[in-house]
Amino acid sequence: MTTSRTRFAAPQRLLHWLMAVCILSMLFIGVGMVSTVAPKYLTLVQIHKPLGIAILVLALIRLALRLYYGAPALPADLPAPIKLAAELSQYIFYALMIAMPLIGWAMLSAAEYPVVLFGGVHLPSILPVSPGLHTLLWRTHHYLALAFFGLILMHFGAMLFHKLIRNDGIFETMAPVLTHDQPE
Amino acid sequence: MLQSPASPKPIRPGPLVVIAAVIGVAAIAFAYTAGWLSPHRLTPKKLVAALAPPGGPSLGHRRNHAKGICFTGIFEANGEGSALSKAPVFVRGQYPVVGRFNLATADANAADAMVRVRGLGISITTPGGQEWRSAMIDAPIFPVSTPQGFYALLTASASKDPNAMKNFIGAHPEFLTFVGWAKTGAWTGSYAEERYNSLDSFVFVDGSGTRHTIRWSFIPAAQPVAISPEELAKRGPDFLEQEITQRVAAGPQHWSLVITVADPGDPTADPNKAWPEDRRTVNVGTLTVQQIEPERDGPCRDINFDPTVLPSGITTSDDPFPAARSAAYSRSYNSRTAEASYYPRTATGGKQ
Repeated sequence: MTTSRTRFAAPQRLLHWLMAVCILSMLFIGVGMVSTVAPKYLTLVQIHKPLGIAILVLALIRLALRLYYGAPALPADLPAPIKLAAELSQYIFYALMIAMPLIGWAMLSAAEYPVVLFGGVHLPSILPVSPGLHTLLWRTHHYLALAFFGLILMHFGAMLFHKLIRNDGIFETMAPVLTHDQPE
Repeated sequence: MLQSPASPKPIRPGPLVVIAAVIGVAAIAFAYTAGWLSPHRLTPKKLVAALAPPGGPSLGHRRNHAKGICFTGIFEANGEGSALSKAPVFVRGQYPVVGRFNLATADANAADAMVRVRGLGISITTPGGQEWRSAMIDAPIFPVSTPQGFYALLTASASKDPNAMKNFIGAHPEFLTFVGWAKTGAWTGSYAEERYNSLDSFVFVDGSGTRHTIRWSFIPAAQPVAISPEELAKRGPDFLEQEITQRVAAGPQHWSLVITVADPGDPTADPNKAWPEDRRTVNVGTLTVQQIEPERDGPCRDINFDPTVLPSGITTSDDPFPAARSAAYSRSYNSRTAEASYYPRTATGGKQ
């Protein structure tokens, strides 16, 4: 679904940048917490859980906004492989943003851990206790997190490629502020 | 035919360098955070690996306190704890408990008489789903003062260097206090006769928001009977498990939960240092162990007795161990649950 707009709608851009900060923080917190036994381990875990749920909620809102507003059309002269990669990556981003928090939540449920957010607020268990499911989900969470970060690196590269090399207006569709050379 | 004058713009090297630099810096920052560039960082992986005996870990079992037996029971709060903590578990009433008596060994097949330190893991749940988990031992103090010291102890114990222990004690003289207890402290013939101590300090937060740094102990109602290690060695390899099973079948066993409140200046960050005897104590309730179940199919098997699973009203203190234990226990849990096939449930067993 596309729109005649040349930029994503303002709420979409706001959510994109907010979630960019959240998700990058989340990935760094995740790999950081599992590699330390220092007191900051607990602080990181205590941020990781509620931040994950916040990302899940934001991702669902963002999906609804995407369905409502659509997305600006890609430039007509964009080579087909790049066009395919651009479209595919969006599906993968949405899938990861929604699946990762759910897998984390399910993984804790399968391990009989209470899923504590803030203070005494906690979420219900969404899976029965099961070592087999826990193992599957834990590994999936781990490898998808690494893949997620790899995808973000490619996204950085693609963004800069469009801005610095092609200067084709794709960067500007999501730019937080308009840059002077936006084609129009 | 003339070629179109519009030819693709030549790609300048500058932007490519910028792109490579941005991606490279991000990747390096990620790798650093993950510890991949810091071989000396004490990670849960290293700490847990150091626990393994020479023949490797007992697959499917906890990486430490590997041998144990499950129980169920109740905690009956007398209401006195509410003055110190707003946690629902201290409101007068009865709350279900799942627990585990265990031995501080990485060998799930260790003979009971060979293991100096015995432990108790408990999970108390209150209506509304809040939970308090704890793992305690019968030693009055912890062997060392810091998680790094514990790693050094494990490394020295496993070392083939004849001077390893001497060097370790030189760097961690506090270990000698623990050795003193290990050599002279009384042994008993029953899990039911042991006192189990949190050792680590935690913070109780009361209804007005006031924080009290505390430790706690489960003190047995059963009278401890001292037995020499030589006498215990003559008993079977699983005498503790057999004894507690018979004892609880004959009648429930009780412990008082006693909270000790620190005075300002007490060593709250060091579980190797006992607090003075005259500190204020509060008896907040009674643990009753009602039924013993073998671990293989028992209700404690899949529980990680992570001491940082705490209800609101209890939080961690400046003691660095609960965080390190939580990180290591999680690693141990992930390993052992992935090895469940090495510790199969019985064909007819499993959860009711």
